[in-house]
Amino acid sequence: MTNYLWIAVSWLWVGIPLAWGISQTIAKVAILFH
Amino acid sequence: MAGLFSFLNRENTVAKPGFNRWLVPPAALSIHLAIGQAYAFSVFNLPLTKLIGITQSSSDDWKLTTVGWIFSLAIVCLGLSAAFLGAWLEKVGPRKAMFLSAVCFSGGFVVASLGLSLHQIWIVYLGYGVLGGMGLGIGYISPVKTLINWFPDRPGMATGMAIMGFGGGAMIGSPLAVGLMGHFHTATSVGAAETFLCMGLIYFVFMMFGVFSVRVIPAGWKPAGYVAPKVEQKLITHYNVSANDAIKTPQFWLLWFVLFLNVTAGIGVLGQASAMIQEMFQGRVTAAAAGGFVGLLSIFNMGGRFVWSSLSDIIGRKPTYFCYFFLGAILYALIPSTGKMGNIFLFVTGYCVILSMYGAGFATIPAYLRDLFGTQQVGAIHGRILTAWSAAGVAGPVLVNYIREYQISRGVPSSQAYSVTMYLMASLLVIGFFCNLAVKAVDAKWHVATEKMGEAS
Repeated sequence: MTNYLWIAVSWLWVGIPLAWGISQTIAKVAILFH
Repeated sequence: MAGLFSFLNRENTVAKPGFNRWLVPPAALSIHLAIGQAYAFSVFNLPLTKLIGITQSSSDDWKLTTVGWIFSLAIVCLGLSAAFLGAWLEKVGPRKAMFLSAVCFSGGFVVASLGLSLHQIWIVYLGYGVLGGMGLGIGYISPVKTLINWFPDRPGMATGMAIMGFGGGAMIGSPLAVGLMGHFHTATSVGAAETFLCMGLIYFVFMMFGVFSVRVIPAGWKPAGYVAPKVEQKLITHYNVSANDAIKTPQFWLLWFVLFLNVTAGIGVLGQASAMIQEMFQGRVTAAAAGGFVGLLSIFNMGGRFVWSSLSDIIGRKPTYFCYFFLGAILYALIPSTGKMGNIFLFVTGYCVILSMYGAGFATIPAYLRDLFGTQQVGAIHGRILTAWSAAGVAGPVLVNYIREYQISRGVPSSQAYSVTMYLMASLLVIGFFCNLAVKAVDAKWHVATEKMGEAS
């Protein structure tokens, strides 16, 4: 159980900044298709 | 003092029974997402030319060409450190390598911050360029090799995952830098020095997570249920070749040119993407929309690393590179026509596929090296082949800019000056296609018994 929790924490550690970066990029991409 | 850092030693990073291998990709990603910030360095270019003038460049401010050398120096140092330190990094293991990378990369930011405060460009070169560049090279190869060992059943997917992080790092680094500079901007400062200092500290903490969570495989470990293919495949060896011998083989140099040509073509078109879409579709694409286009390309650059590299586990490394070069050459050659047709959709789609294959070229090469030279010293061999990236980092922009200037000086309209560049890039990919075609299995005379090379898993 601890192992799976640790896996989730690890992926969130890298996933949250990446998701934030992608969302910032998509916001710029949206301008292209306006 | 040595005891204090003993947790960094390889023997203290061996995974205990029951360790889940899916903990290793986030460790690798925490390094690659950080060092991938280098791709976003261009957001600093303009602010660094206004450190004194603040609102506009003064005569004492650095020129754009002076600032441009910071990134170039970092990429050159990336290649050199990966090439020269690769064998040592194999020996000391991933945790020490990742720690050293964090110290160099973050330290590079801190030293550069001092250089910005004092307005001394040589300190910035030494900081972000040399020290930070070394951090890039050290951090790039070690997590990749570790993942190859943890995922012998899917090496392409594993390397794609880590190197995808390097592509994604720019998407984090760019808005982070812009946000911090906005926060620190005052009437007397553009906020760059403070931003560098902050980013150095943020990235150090972020990378430390990877340092502490990375593990190496125990001796003889294999994934549950995994059986190495018994049928010998021509281009996948069960033997090992040392890094020193690998560079004596034609396969190494063919792959060096495969990487060099793919990256040269990609860098060449990536650098002119924004200007190209605005000039080819004048009046239809604004500067803001062009910024969105570049953002879209970075998503494909990142996603392609994972998707194409994972696909290479199924169809094989050589056919995957055939796709990059064959499909790539066709698309490069067609891009000018889409501009003449005025078809933005086709232009954007073509560009996105091209960039997905550009990123994928980086991601698939470690798995290709592992197939040909074995896993034992694949990190060191990978490090040496990255000199192709450094060479392409210089050749790509020089080639594109020189051709463009030459054509404009001959009276070619700027909107049409891209065509020759694209055709030239397509021809580079055709050469790459033949280099890939010439790749054969490594001669058995280079195979070395594992015990002779020393432990380096």
